[in-house]
Amino acid sequence: MENISIKLEEEFQARIDRGENIEAKDWMPEKYRKTHIRQISQHAHSEVVGMLPEGNWISRAPSLRRKVALLAKVQDEAGHGLYLYSAAETLGISRDELVEQLLDGTAKYSSIFNYPTLTWADMGAVGWLVDGAAIINQVMLTKTSYGPYARAMVRICKEESFHQRQGYEIMLALANGTEAQKHMAQDALNRFWWPSLMMFGPRDEDSPNTEQSMKWKIKKKTNDELRQQFVDQTVPQAEILGLTIPDPDLKWNDDKGGYDFGEIDWAEFWDVVKGNGPCNRKRMEDRNNAWDNGAWVREAALVHAKKQAERKVSKIA
Amino acid sequence: MNKDWPIWEIFIRSKNGLDHRHAGSLHAADAEMAIQNARDVYTRRQEGVSVWVVESKHITASNPEKSGELFEPAKDKVYRHPTFYNLPDELKHM
Repeated sequence: MENISIKLEEEFQARIDRGENIEAKDWMPEKYRKTHIRQISQHAHSEVVGMLPEGNWISRAPSLRRKVALLAKVQDEAGHGLYLYSAAETLGISRDELVEQLLDGTAKYSSIFNYPTLTWADMGAVGWLVDGAAIINQVMLTKTSYGPYARAMVRICKEESFHQRQGYEIMLALANGTEAQKHMAQDALNRFWWPSLMMFGPRDEDSPNTEQSMKWKIKKKTNDELRQQFVDQTVPQAEILGLTIPDPDLKWNDDKGGYDFGEIDWAEFWDVVKGNGPCNRKRMEDRNNAWDNGAWVREAALVHAKKQAERKVSKIA
Repeated sequence: MNKDWPIWEIFIRSKNGLDHRHAGSLHAADAEMAIQNARDVYTRRQEGVSVWVVESKHITASNPEKSGELFEPAKDKVYRHPTFYNLPDELKHM
């Protein structure tokens, strides 16, 4: 028995090494399945919780143009959550179980959404930096080994680029506006810069899952590689805005062909992961309320569907 | 009663003249709601002109472990392809 499972695992690894995609009904090691359920659902929850800090500003957007764009972006995020939940469900977990894990706190979502969005400029910073960081991760994931996850990522990446552009446009308008507007843009950058760098996760040496994830081609780049890529592409974008990145250690390094940057406050990182960020409790409360308050709608829809189906049968009879 | 809405597979025709293609899946209480949800989830940027929805439980899939016996017989039948036939280069329109 043990020999058979070792042989299956070897064959599985050989498929991955050949660059084949794994599909839902294919044999896979239990740990591959579990890692994917955890990672895809965490990703889905992030999309769903990610609607909250931006939803906060829809009714107060400064113009109709900004409002329809923000509304469309938040609607996309709901869609992205749904693509990802469907991908997770192919691994044999139900939607109800997934939602339950979010609501009772056993599943995580990206810590970035535990920071508050205090001013309109935060809509700019979130689109530019948070979506920018997410895109770097998601572009890598379009090549991930699990087929349903990779396909969801392709769809998401196509839609995500408008998110970042609308955020940057907000920053551009503010940065070229009055002194007060420019100050607001700088303040948003100051507050979102470090949490955005934290989105790539712990340093490689503190990330025990990285090695296995690389071997299974769940990830193709390490946390630190992705973080470096983000810094290198974002610094020139800040320069165009005329804003200053809040890191005194940020400096171009000719030898490595990239920027050196300061150390992340890892104590803060772990504290927010553990549930003590500025908005953790509020986010969970909002999600729980939304779920509980929607329960009667979900039940009524099922009863309605059943009645309609019965009516159809009795008409035929 | 199971309170989870059933899963539906969504097929979308991007424009007339092309096939419906599998776009993904979603939950809905009934077929009508599945079409509405598919509109919102899969065609927010004019990706479709027609939608088919099929409850996932009605789809029978082939077993990947039997892929060999199902699909390998076609492997050695190269004579089903036009390039199998050796013809002179000067031959046109064929």
